[in-house]
Amino acid sequence: MIEAINISKSFGKLKVLDDVSVKFDPGKTNLVIGQSGSGKTVLLKSLIGLIDPDQGKILYDDIVFSDLAFKEKKKIRQKVGMMFQGGALFDSATVIENVMYPLDMFTTDSYDEKLDRAHFCLERVNIENAGHLFPAEISGGMQKRVALARAIALNPKYLFCDEPNSGLDPKTAILIDALIQEITREFNITTVVNTHDMNSVMEIGEKVVFIFKGKKCWEGTRNEILDSDNHDLNDFVFANSLAKHIKNKT
Amino acid sequence: MNILSQIGSYFILLSKVFAKPEKKSVYYKQIVKEIQSLGINSIGIVIIISAFMGAVITLQTAYNTENPLLPKYLIGLGCRDSMMLEFSSTMIALILAGKVGSNIASELGTMRVSEQIDALEIMGVNSASYLILPKIIAALFFNPILTAISIIVGVTGGWIAVIATGVVSSEYFIIGIQYAFIPYYITYAMVKTVFFAFIITSVSSFHGYFASGGSIEVGRASTKAVVYSSIVILIFNVILTQLLLS
Repeated sequence: MIEAINISKSFGKLKVLDDVSVKFDPGKTNLVIGQSGSGKTVLLKSLIGLIDPDQGKILYDDIVFSDLAFKEKKKIRQKVGMMFQGGALFDSATVIENVMYPLDMFTTDSYDEKLDRAHFCLERVNIENAGHLFPAEISGGMQKRVALARAIALNPKYLFCDEPNSGLDPKTAILIDALIQEITREFNITTVVNTHDMNSVMEIGEKVVFIFKGKKCWEGTRNEILDSDNHDLNDFVFANSLAKHIKNKT
Repeated sequence: MNILSQIGSYFILLSKVFAKPEKKSVYYKQIVKEIQSLGINSIGIVIIISAFMGAVITLQTAYNTENPLLPKYLIGLGCRDSMMLEFSSTMIALILAGKVGSNIASELGTMRVSEQIDALEIMGVNSASYLILPKIIAALFFNPILTAISIIVGVTGGWIAVIATGVVSSEYFIIGIQYAFIPYYITYAMVKTVFFAFIITSVSSFHGYFASGGSIEVGRASTKAVVYSSIVILIFNVILTQLLLS
């Protein structure tokens, strides 16, 4: 389980996170939703230690991550997989080299074993034939899949996905969502997904946390979200005219 | 205050760069890759510039020493010493600061803004050491070779200019390049080259590694890398010359 307790973070005079406390359940797809600029990316980066919060604690299975020394943090980070918004694939390496990279760095496996594992991960995300291509030669959707394959290469215990659907067409977005959920269940990973895509929320949101203006505003499941009387959440969920139309009809 | 903060950040970055590598075999592969990228790929430009500069230095020395009181071998001697003392170490370093420095800063800057460096950090990799140390080692190893190539090609360029223009006979030029040779000048050139190699790679890496924003900032980081590397090289050129030749 991952837990954030009273996290606050400011950049200059701008308070981006204000006393946020949240628990992310193991074996579930936990979604953090909110408008652009609401603070969800800062929360995610604080959880994985890319940003040091001004106040509060981050716990990984009851270990206070934020208090750990660099070497101990490294051990936990090796159990973390991260899928970045833009993929963050290494441009100078092929797809298979990208997936093999964490294995090269942190395992003593033979080359063939690492290659087998990389092929397995690529197969798992349905792009087994793209191994020889460079990131610039594949589509945005494929880059996201490669990023997911790299994230699961070391059998992570925790998976973080930052806007996994941004820039994708609705059909590909649903495929990526489905992959994230399948992998979460298959490997019993604690997954945290940052998104503002309501399709994702309805498809895979087993637990949903709504961040509004840097504060945790609502928490629940995807089934509860439509019946919520939280004004800010309703403004976010029913922002587009199609959603408003459906809500009015029901 | 800003300059002091930048210098402080530079040394903090260096302390991360020289931390113990995670996996030596991976670093070894990176070093070989960087020798190719930063060193071998620079041989062409070093040869072209050195050959023409050697020729120009020879011709200028010849036209400025048209005096019967001055010995003819002075032209070869001038070409050799100019190449060894200043051109092949300092001028080539300034040229490499432009070519290699901008390459390093833009590569690291792009990695930073596209979150590739964050991806390394999350995996538990010391990104500063993994990305920068191989570049420094590759440059420390290969730049002295580039300097040696530059000296040889520069003097050869001067000799070809002498043959082509006839400003002095080939025999006098060859006597000149052998006359009063001081082996310590080679040491002097190599010591400077090693210092400059470190400056080019570390200063450029610093600007690229801490780039933020988008493509405009990466471009700015690249420009800053070249400007700051060049200024630091010029300052250290004076300091090293005083220390090594006094």
